[in-house]
Amino acid sequence: MSIVFVVLAVLTLAGAMAAVTLRNLVHCALALAVAFAGLALLFLQLDAQFVGFTQILVYVGAVAILVVFAILLTRGADDGKAGTVFSRTWLAGLGIAAAVFAVLGWAVLRSVKGLAQAAGAPAVTVEDIGQALMSRYVLPLEIVALLLTAALVGAVIVAMYEKEDAR
Amino acid sequence: MTCFSTPLAGYLLVAALLFAIGLAGALTRRNAILVLIGIELMLNAANLNLIAFWRFGPHPEMLTGLMFALFSIAVAAAEAAVGLGLVIQIHRHLKTTDLDQISRMKG
Amino acid sequence: MIEKADQIFVLLLHWLVGFLPMAWQHVASVVICVAVIVAVYPALFAVAVLMERKGLGRMQNRYGPNRVGPFGVLQPVADGIKSLTKEDIVPRNADAVVHFISPLVLVVAVFMGLAVLPMGRNMVLVEMDASLLFFFAMGASTELSVFMAGWSSRNKYSLLGAMRAVAQMISYEVPLLLSTVGVVMITGSLSLVDIVNAQTRYSWGLAHWNVFKPWGLAGFVMFVIASMAETNRSPFDLPEGESEIIAGYFTEYSGFKFALFFLGEYVGMFGIAGLGTTLFLGGWSSPLAALSWVPSWIWFFAKVELWICFFIWVRGTLPRLRQDQLMNFAWKFLLPMTLVNLLVAAEWRFVEGVWMRWIVGMAIVAGAYVLMGRVGMRRERLGPRSYRYAE
Repeated sequence: MSIVFVVLAVLTLAGAMAAVTLRNLVHCALALAVAFAGLALLFLQLDAQFVGFTQILVYVGAVAILVVFAILLTRGADDGKAGTVFSRTWLAGLGIAAAVFAVLGWAVLRSVKGLAQAAGAPAVTVEDIGQALMSRYVLPLEIVALLLTAALVGAVIVAMYEKEDAR
Repeated sequence: MTCFSTPLAGYLLVAALLFAIGLAGALTRRNAILVLIGIELMLNAANLNLIAFWRFGPHPEMLTGLMFALFSIAVAAAEAAVGLGLVIQIHRHLKTTDLDQISRMKG
Repeated sequence: MIEKADQIFVLLLHWLVGFLPMAWQHVASVVICVAVIVAVYPALFAVAVLMERKGLGRMQNRYGPNRVGPFGVLQPVADGIKSLTKEDIVPRNADAVVHFISPLVLVVAVFMGLAVLPMGRNMVLVEMDASLLFFFAMGASTELSVFMAGWSSRNKYSLLGAMRAVAQMISYEVPLLLSTVGVVMITGSLSLVDIVNAQTRYSWGLAHWNVFKPWGLAGFVMFVIASMAETNRSPFDLPEGESEIIAGYFTEYSGFKFALFFLGEYVGMFGIAGLGTTLFLGGWSSPLAALSWVPSWIWFFAKVELWICFFIWVRGTLPRLRQDQLMNFAWKFLLPMTLVNLLVAAEWRFVEGVWMRWIVGMAIVAGAYVLMGRVGMRRERLGPRSYRYAE
């Protein structure tokens, strides 16, 4: 366990914990951005540079801002004045999450001997990624392009002001 | 990155914990936006898993894990956009984002 | 001799690092390079601030600052002392932690972006495969800091300025990225070092800069416009215009934090100017083969200073754009033009014949500009003015 990995893991998990437990919504969004950044650094430590930079560009630069905008546009009377921020069934949710982590953790720890201990850095360049995207993964690429266009148009239509709302 | 000493199990445990935190957030918070935040955390945990397995796997030059994670990022961004658009429209209609109160289909 | 002058900083670094044992050399060289960058760019920032105030003053028919030192040369020193010793006021209702962190995030993000610029032959801090992507990722992180600054001040005007700034930065990020994709396509690499190396060839004494090709010229113009919007410079400075919204998202900042925001904005300008010279103006290469005896780092910084002068010139000349005009311009004109630019870059690569591809390229660019810019953005004709007097 190298020290850098421990620091990054603690940063990411602390950000994630803060993102789901804080009371103030904008603080949650900023903690989420910290968690995303920590994950991007973990990707960089795993020698996946392209994915790491894409994670920062897309998640920190776009999704976090999107979440912040949504929080600011849906502010109303319920600004932390309600008694608790957790729903009525919070115990069940926590129990389920703990059970899921227990199962996953058990699976990982049981197969620790079978997993790779260390591996050399793969020599992957951006050119390889480009070639793969254009040759082997061209169909998913085009489908994702279509999906993003549909999502863009759909999000605009869903959140648009309709004429009947202006009463 | 020159002396690599973290085993694969470390990354998988971090990803599992992140997934559990995201799941807990999605299941226990009242606000709809926080449920979406939990979902984003779960998707990110899955991405971490994918990249970790790509790195330690037998054929990293095949780029399978990398591509999967890249497309997962793109799809998650699209889903976040549409989900947040829905939350905004629900708020405009029902004046609240409290999921305990948005429990009926009839609006 | 010319070689030595060109590589003088690299040789200096090797000589300094040679004093240390082998195990420490790599870390020491990185630390020294980082220290040099962190020292040089704020010095350039001081010069740029002075240039801006004097330049804007002259354009507005007045002297700039001329009290402190001969011709006002020591004005940045005075500004620095003022901002360091001013009282640091934090509003009582402000979110203290976020208020404190946001200038730090901005400064860290813009300085990280400087790490991948090739400032001379063999003078890059970090040489990465995907360095262009890294620079844009760091640019995207600055938006979050702008929002944090505006929101944590608990001030309506700050929040309004921050939302406008974030909307503007997001809208112009897309043309900024797309205008560089043409360059990446032709060069075949995302690495800035490769892009500069591809531009250092000469034919008939003139360099192969990307700005001298049709797709490069269109991309360059769009990059300049989008970079002015990304750094919130006039004419896109509605979020921070002093006559509009006090100071926008940094209204509630005083003293050193305001100086950090100012530093972050100007170093961001330097970073994006450096990126623009690397992508379009040939980085550290000289324009004419006859002038390549001038050291490469002098060329790089000269071109960056030219960009800054151009930014200052535009600030003093053009009026501010309104928010809706700004957004219209980004989404309805710049974005389609960047996509057409991609098309031109593709035809440049594939059309045979030296003159044919020039003609086709220029024709497509000019045609798209006329169609989208002149015809598509035309407003309705307004009738004669009519007045209604208050009774």
